[in-house]
Amino acid sequence: MTWLTTFPQMNDAYLTAFKKAIDEGFRQFTRAYGDSIEAFFNPLQSFLIASERLMINTPWPIVIAVIALIAWVASRSLRVVAGSVIILLAIGYFGMWEDTMRTISMILVCTVLSVVIGIPIGIVMSRSAHVQNIVNPILDVMQTMPSFVYLIPVVMLLGIGKVPGLIAVVIYALPPMVRLTNLGIRLVDRDVLEAADAFGSSNWQKLKNVQLPLAMPTIMAGINQTIMMALAMVVIASMIGVQGLGQPVLKAIANQYFTLGMFNGLAIVGIAIIFDRVSQAFGLRLQKHRETVHG
Amino acid sequence: MADRIGRGIEIKHLYKIFGERAVEHVDSIKGGMSKTALMEQHSHVLGLKDINISMPGGCIQVIMGLSGSGKSTLIRHINRLIDPTVGEVLVNGVDVVKMNKADLLRFRRHQTAMVFQKFALLPHRTVLDNTVYGLEVQGLPRKRQVENAMLWIERVGLGGFQHRYPNQLSGGMQQRVGLARALTNDAPILLMDEAFSALDPLIRSDMQTVLLELQKEIKKTIVFITHDLDEALRLGDRIAILRDGEVIQQGTSHEIVLRPADEYIARFVKEVNRGRVLHVGAIMEAATSKAEPPGLRTGLKTTLEEAAKMLVQSGEESLSVVDDEGRFAGVIDIRGIAKAIATSEPWPIDANRSGAGRAPDSEQRPRRPAGLAAEASTTRLAI
Repeated sequence: MTWLTTFPQMNDAYLTAFKKAIDEGFRQFTRAYGDSIEAFFNPLQSFLIASERLMINTPWPIVIAVIALIAWVASRSLRVVAGSVIILLAIGYFGMWEDTMRTISMILVCTVLSVVIGIPIGIVMSRSAHVQNIVNPILDVMQTMPSFVYLIPVVMLLGIGKVPGLIAVVIYALPPMVRLTNLGIRLVDRDVLEAADAFGSSNWQKLKNVQLPLAMPTIMAGINQTIMMALAMVVIASMIGVQGLGQPVLKAIANQYFTLGMFNGLAIVGIAIIFDRVSQAFGLRLQKHRETVHG
Repeated sequence: MADRIGRGIEIKHLYKIFGERAVEHVDSIKGGMSKTALMEQHSHVLGLKDINISMPGGCIQVIMGLSGSGKSTLIRHINRLIDPTVGEVLVNGVDVVKMNKADLLRFRRHQTAMVFQKFALLPHRTVLDNTVYGLEVQGLPRKRQVENAMLWIERVGLGGFQHRYPNQLSGGMQQRVGLARALTNDAPILLMDEAFSALDPLIRSDMQTVLLELQKEIKKTIVFITHDLDEALRLGDRIAILRDGEVIQQGTSHEIVLRPADEYIARFVKEVNRGRVLHVGAIMEAATSKAEPPGLRTGLKTTLEEAAKMLVQSGEESLSVVDDEGRFAGVIDIRGIAKAIATSEPWPIDANRSGAGRAPDSEQRPRRPAGLAAEASTTRLAI
């Protein structure tokens, strides 16, 4: 009756051989294709470096002015602009300017990439229940799989550096973008869609004139979520060589530097607040037509 | 605009069954299976059953029925927002059902425009940008879009509101936008799906007036869906009454009020203010000689209410009724008017002199014209 008390597991020898075989297979794949895959991501690498250089080499007053301007254009709120400027000044004053610039650069690239990949997938998903049934479980895995686990193959393939970090962040930050685009389009009022059909709109006209504009608030929420998740990945990404605010945090964990960890952690919180408030205010402004509802 | 007079629509043997294997059940429905039996035995819903309506161009055809009667389903077959199970929808002789995707898009863009019960405006667009929608989809230059749209925005009484968003307007005003959007499309066919049902009674009556005024000029083929018999009688040149997916009577408002096809319609008709619906032409005593008695005269289309007012105010006994060319057609007295208003019995056939110049073509279900029945059997063979 041993099978009741101990789980009848696979023979140890087989199990080891099984794992070994997979590892060996992947290693061979890496050896064979690693270089070409790396070459494929080269343009991304140069883009990341260029964007980081731009953020660091631009004099700090100009960076602050540009961020303040973006905050103003997006939110039209002096409070949001003042808050952003104060946070950036404090970060600089406490000696974290350069790391913060690296992180912002990384987050921006990750967000743009997630949006560019996520929205089309979301649109395709919203059009077919079949695609939705396939994509949804993949998104579930992407979100629940511990990020360390998929860092292993990425690092094996691409080594340590910015691109593997970027891939890890995008894998983590992409799902809300896809999900909320899909949801937003599916929630569009059927009556309005029917009207668009009745006037002879083509599929593209329906998407451009009706579905995307009406889904925009939900899509904006998706972009907001994506930014927040990308920021949450900064520390983990720093483990595979992504520079920025994550690395001092990592150092602080290893050496128990309480203040160092706290400062950099707060800086991450600070830029999270800036991104969040600015993108939310922008999303709200997009819905201005909903404000005055007639009785 | 007036040169684009509406086109006739003919609906022939249209069946709609909702369900995955709808086509298989058409024959059993044709063989007499009832709606309930179809539901119980095959879990398919019978939407429309053997619809035959011929809508002349340039007229307002009202389709009336209570909720669930299939009227909204029917109107969506005309621009094929819903595909029929079997049947034909001929517009200007072309079968909409057989159109391919590109032809259907072109048909919807240029031949039809639609007004919806819940307005269905684009909330993120201003009144102007909503109104140009049809033309934008057609790909007209923006300048012409705006010119046409502004014209209709003014006509429906929304001048000055073109930069507001729909949510900033009242229901009545939103539906004016819906109407302007449809009219700007300048299509010969206008489909109105319970267009005024969501509006307050006063505003509804206003909108009916607006529509009737406009129709005098635009002469489109309007298909108007309603559940309100008063609205149907006021607007409809022709009315078809739908129940449980079947047409149970069609004809002019007079024919429906004077000779309801069955108990069901009679119950509706009882509530109608007959004095406002009936014209003197329909109930007058037809002239036996050409000699017109002296006194007041009035046209065939005067309502009984107006005629009664004229008699009471003048103190005369009777009115002479003359046709459109001014020829003497008959007489009517206050007693005749009172009788027509007070009775709810079907009006005797022989009393009818359809004065409106239209042949009595009330199609009552039990007595189907032989011609139509013959045509029906041949079409069935063709299928």
